[in-house]
Amino acid sequence: MVQMEWYLVLSTFMMFAGIYGFFTRRNLLTMLISIELILNSVDINFAVFNRFLFPEQLEGVFFTIFAIGVSAAETAVAIAIIINIYRNMKNIQVRNLDKIKEE
Amino acid sequence: MRQELGVIVVFLIMFVCDLLLPENRRKLLHPIACILLTVQMLITIVPTDVTLFGGMYHSTPIASALKTILSFGTLLAFLQCTDWLNREDSKHKIGEFYTLSLSTLIGMYFMVSADHFLLFFLGLELATVPMACLVAFDKYKEHSGEAAAKFILYALFSSGIFLYGVSLLYGATGSLYFADVAPKLHGCELQILAMVFVFAGLAFKLSLVPFHLWTADTYQGAPTVVGGMLSAVSKGAAAFALMTVLVKVFGNMIALSSTMLSIIIVVTITIGNLFAIRQRNMKRFMAFSSISQAGYILLAMLGNPAQGTASLVYYIVVYVVANMAVFGIINAIEQKSDRVLRDDYKGLYATNPKLALVMTLALFSLAGIPPFAGFFSKFMVFAAAFNEGHYLVVFLALINTVISLYYYLLVVKAMYIDSSENPIPAFKSNWYMRISLLLSLAGILTFGLVSCLYQTFSSLMVN
Repeated sequence: MVQMEWYLVLSTFMMFAGIYGFFTRRNLLTMLISIELILNSVDINFAVFNRFLFPEQLEGVFFTIFAIGVSAAETAVAIAIIINIYRNMKNIQVRNLDKIKEE
Repeated sequence: MRQELGVIVVFLIMFVCDLLLPENRRKLLHPIACILLTVQMLITIVPTDVTLFGGMYHSTPIASALKTILSFGTLLAFLQCTDWLNREDSKHKIGEFYTLSLSTLIGMYFMVSADHFLLFFLGLELATVPMACLVAFDKYKEHSGEAAAKFILYALFSSGIFLYGVSLLYGATGSLYFADVAPKLHGCELQILAMVFVFAGLAFKLSLVPFHLWTADTYQGAPTVVGGMLSAVSKGAAAFALMTVLVKVFGNMIALSSTMLSIIIVVTITIGNLFAIRQRNMKRFMAFSSISQAGYILLAMLGNPAQGTASLVYYIVVYVVANMAVFGIINAIEQKSDRVLRDDYKGLYATNPKLALVMTLALFSLAGIPPFAGFFSKFMVFAAAFNEGHYLVVFLALINTVISLYYYLLVVKAMYIDSSENPIPAFKSNWYMRISLLLSLAGILTFGLVSCLYQTFSSLMVN
């Protein structure tokens, strides 16, 4: 059986890959995908802690289910906003989102 | 729970009215929303102590008082939004505005009275996601979309960071109830990491430096009413929630958390002030002003729990009325003449003396000049931090108060002393806006002098 530490290494790696992606990517959709990496690493963490450390209760698993549902709702709103930006500007590159400061 | 149920009922009534009212009667939604929210606020004004859902939900009397304040702030926003919503490009979605803002209000209610991380997280998200829709409300304006993109991406990122912290806490303690987590924390490395992640996630919502980068663009690009709600109502709820988490969960690690808080407070207040001086756009200016105000709110968290929470809630109520007054005036002027720069405000006293007077008093209150409420609220948070021995932080915050006086007075100078060839023409606001500004003005003038308000909050903490 795979030990708990390996799962935690995986989730930590996913977490920081997500943060790195969020800071370096220059397209709104890929930034959104990076954030999904962060949220999924959290889900892995909860499930793993629950399975290995506190198997008598399912608190972590329940939290995971709620987190997945909520993040789906958030992503839906984010994509709606991105589509709206695309309609207004015809692209979703971050470098074009600088109209506000120009005034 | 009566308060939450009240808002949910208001929400449902607004939703049904929005469906059933014919196109030409949509304007009736304004009075319906304002009256229903007032009724909800007045029915549940007496603070109660309720525990529900097996301890996941615990509404303390002070949280219940804060909810009334949040309702009041939302009511002020509702009164200010009529001109903007009646415009040609947004009058078909009047109902959407009300339902979305009421659902953020419900989210904030659950967030401030959660006693379990799951309910806390759900409340936080329910307060954030509809807020992003509100920021994007002016669908055909590029600015609104840009502001919304920045807001939702930062919000998602910060909730990811927050959740990571919660998952580490769960791994360290095996529970998610605040009361069960707290005694198991003793300051080992994993727990410190968890605290920093949870704090960082919430600091994004409060726009503390170094997590403040979204604030200025979002406030400027968002519709002005929404900017006001973000800066006053949403920030007040986030501040109280952060204080709850720090006290109830991380109470054992107070030495560590107060060091972290001290550094963040000084940096937040200073950077907010220095950038506010440079701004010409009034909305951007208010964004940086609200960043530095968030630093002052944080000072209350350095105090002991009882005094700190009472002064925090007192600060929030005073801040909400003053900030909503300023945003209301910016909104009124923007709707009539589409001008938002500080230079446009030159000569405002000559054309619109009443607006200039309310604006001046609100800015004085934000700056903390004695007879107005802002002075007393600042005094209380300084006293809370001072009593716990954080002399240096209080001293630096005091110096910053003087700096903030400078930029608030720049606006007053523009309105009263500077003359302009092209001042904003005289105009009459509608009755909703007048009522909203009158309520704010009454708050600014009386909340400071009626000392029973702070004592009420204090006594709510003792019980």
